[in-house]
Amino acid sequence: MPDSSLLDQVKDFANRPNPYPIYAKLRQNPVSRQDDGTEAGTWVASTHGTIARLLQDPRVSSETLPPADRPRTGNPLTDLIVKPLKDWMMDRHRVFIFRDPPDHDALRSAVMHQFSQERVQAMRARSDKLVADLLDGKRDAREIDAVDDLAYPLPVTVICELFGVPREDEPKFHGWATQLATALEPDSLFDPEIRAKNSRTFDAIGGYMGDLIKEKRKHPQDDMLSGLANHATPAGVKMGDYDLIATSILMLVAGHETTVNLITNGLLTLLRHPDELERLRQDPMRAPRLIEELLRYEPPVQFRTRRTLAAIDIAGVTIPEGADLVLLLAAGNRDESVFPDPDRFDPDRTGTRHLGFGGSLHYCVGAPLARFEAEAALTALARRLKAPRLIADPPPYRQGAALRGPENLRVAIDGIV
Amino acid sequence: MAAPERAVVVGAGLAGLRGAEALREAGFSGPLTIVGGEPHLPYDRPPLSKHVLAGAIAAHATTLPHGLEADVDWQLGTPAAGLDRRAGLVRLADGRTLPYDRLLIATGTRARPWPNPHEGRLSGVFTLRGRDDAAALRQALEAGPRRVLVIGGGFIGCEVASLCRSLGLPVTLVEPGPTPLARVLGSAIGAFIGAIHAGHGVDLRCGIEVEWLEGEGGRLVRAHCTDGSRIEADVAVIALGAVRNTEWLDGAGLSADPGGVDCDGAGYVLDAEGHADPRIAAAGDVARFPHPLYDGRRVALEHWSHAVAQAVHAGRLLAGAPPDAAYGALPTFWSTQGNLVVKSAGLTEGADAVAITQGNPASGRFIALYGRAGRCVAAVSVDSARWLPAHAELVATGAPFPPEGAATDRPKGVEIFEPGFS
Repeated sequence: MPDSSLLDQVKDFANRPNPYPIYAKLRQNPVSRQDDGTEAGTWVASTHGTIARLLQDPRVSSETLPPADRPRTGNPLTDLIVKPLKDWMMDRHRVFIFRDPPDHDALRSAVMHQFSQERVQAMRARSDKLVADLLDGKRDAREIDAVDDLAYPLPVTVICELFGVPREDEPKFHGWATQLATALEPDSLFDPEIRAKNSRTFDAIGGYMGDLIKEKRKHPQDDMLSGLANHATPAGVKMGDYDLIATSILMLVAGHETTVNLITNGLLTLLRHPDELERLRQDPMRAPRLIEELLRYEPPVQFRTRRTLAAIDIAGVTIPEGADLVLLLAAGNRDESVFPDPDRFDPDRTGTRHLGFGGSLHYCVGAPLARFEAEAALTALARRLKAPRLIADPPPYRQGAALRGPENLRVAIDGIV
Repeated sequence: MAAPERAVVVGAGLAGLRGAEALREAGFSGPLTIVGGEPHLPYDRPPLSKHVLAGAIAAHATTLPHGLEADVDWQLGTPAAGLDRRAGLVRLADGRTLPYDRLLIATGTRARPWPNPHEGRLSGVFTLRGRDDAAALRQALEAGPRRVLVIGGGFIGCEVASLCRSLGLPVTLVEPGPTPLARVLGSAIGAFIGAIHAGHGVDLRCGIEVEWLEGEGGRLVRAHCTDGSRIEADVAVIALGAVRNTEWLDGAGLSADPGGVDCDGAGYVLDAEGHADPRIAAAGDVARFPHPLYDGRRVALEHWSHAVAQAVHAGRLLAGAPPDAAYGALPTFWSTQGNLVVKSAGLTEGADAVAITQGNPASGRFIALYGRAGRCVAAVSVDSARWLPAHAELVATGAPFPPEGAATDRPKGVEIFEPGFS
């Protein structure tokens, strides 16, 4: 009988610094039922093969958000008329990571159409400059916090510039993004207090985005939001306002909350593997393979949730219809049958097929951004930090088990060159 | 000491090459000769009707990389013309003979020519099979013809027509059947795909035939159709399917005809009495074999992945390292038609029902699942290839049709309809 408390251990904050031994136990049963306080339980896929298969299974749905249910206010007009209407709109215009084809495909195609090669390349050059400026600002420091000083501001600025969010408004997004990112933590989906907060946050950021979209219609600029607001794809997809608001919120939140973990986990891993840090310092061309290995070894998104639309026979078990699924991407990335010696950080691995960006139709839209932002940040850190030393290992972690990463990463240095 | 055994591979295409490599990998170390009718080393055909015609790569850039040593004797430019099994000799068109102890037949197919040879020789009339064909047709398309006429709405015809559209060329496709691809996919699914091509500007004329091609001064100027219409065109692509290259086996005493050379379940060729010849195997387009997934129905498959897999199987067989099981890979193929990618798993032939299980034909993205006598026999994806593996599993396991279960984008109430095979 498989241990059904392992998912609870994954969620347990005490295990945030190193969940990998728990993942290894989970892999002993490629797909297992885990207790989650409900009778049905949650089904966890933890091997590379089962995750890859379920990502490509048409019976697996991404519509895992419970129906919108705003808190009541006590004002009858609001509670009886405005609230149901708002709930209904919210359900109809969910962000596309929580939607299935064909709606998902149409929304995603509109984003991909604006996410042009030219825009990506321009931001690539821009992110090198941003990293240089951020580090220049800390030139005389003897300690940096890799999160606050670089890993957080870089992706925020990149995604805001890409979308055309005015620089002076960037700080507003910090709180909004952190709050909304909790929607990826399975337990928070059913926590009334968190949901109420998320609804309020969504209203606030939605109001802001609505105004910004109006502005982009009046005065279009060369940014993604202007493109999405004013132009259809060649196939004729043009988002309505509510989908456009939801989609831009998704992009801004994803741009805030994931790459920060990739950069921070990257520096942490390099400081734990000083030989690799030194090799990167001497040879920045190693960055791409090093980042692929990071995406395997410490993926910013550890797991995603799904739901079954029908019973699925897989790996000797039957997942029932309507079951909650957890695809434990970070566990699949340590699957010894695909990655020999999986707990070793080895950028020279060949032929890796990591699940760090997920897979299939929901494969990370921002993957190119994540790659070059991490490349810009890590090569600069390797080159410019003099004698970097971790002040706390493990560092303090943020709350999330799905979006997992350090709260801050204090590094003592002898200066910045 | 006996002289080492000699192996001959007749056919220098994908199957011949992969078969020769498999012979070597399975330990055959004797003299190895590969015979090819064309003067080229083995090359890859799928890009010919796509990237080469589009001008993205040159025809000669399709040469396949291979893992053979320099000790292979390449006999290129002279096709095989006869087989004497009693003497163990392959006769070439120039009269030379090649002795063999083990023989792989991989002579493939050639394009079916336009039935009137005089019209077929008009300048501007092309077939598309080899890389020289592709180079010549590319040149003609580059010259900016007034209109391209594609005769035949099979996969090659659809690929060429959609490619012409992406080059901005006016194109008319004439197909005698009710829809394009009707023979392979049935007219129900063929109609959906035809509508997509028509939407991209292909002038689709189904249910008529080209009666004759008119030339002026040796150049094609127009085509006359059975409904009395004329099509003004200076380029015509004859896409009427393929003919299997089996003539050279006449008189060899093998069970061979224009439909292919027969093999047994193991992969050895059969003689006219139905006995296997243990010195000879066949693979690729030319090999007709009983497919274990389809109740042993005899099929000859013109698919890229099949050519590779069956050639590897045959190579091992001839090397004396026979694979554990009879060859029976699930047939798969793909076709890139402009921006449209059609992929399939299984055999639609004989299907008595079809259902759209995902997506929506009107949107141009869908999966069609074919059933025969209550079992899933084939799945076809149109711009939805990521869902094909899940459907291929239903086909490989012979799951009940109509399928159970669900899908994120399954239409409400899956409709079962006639596939429309004539």
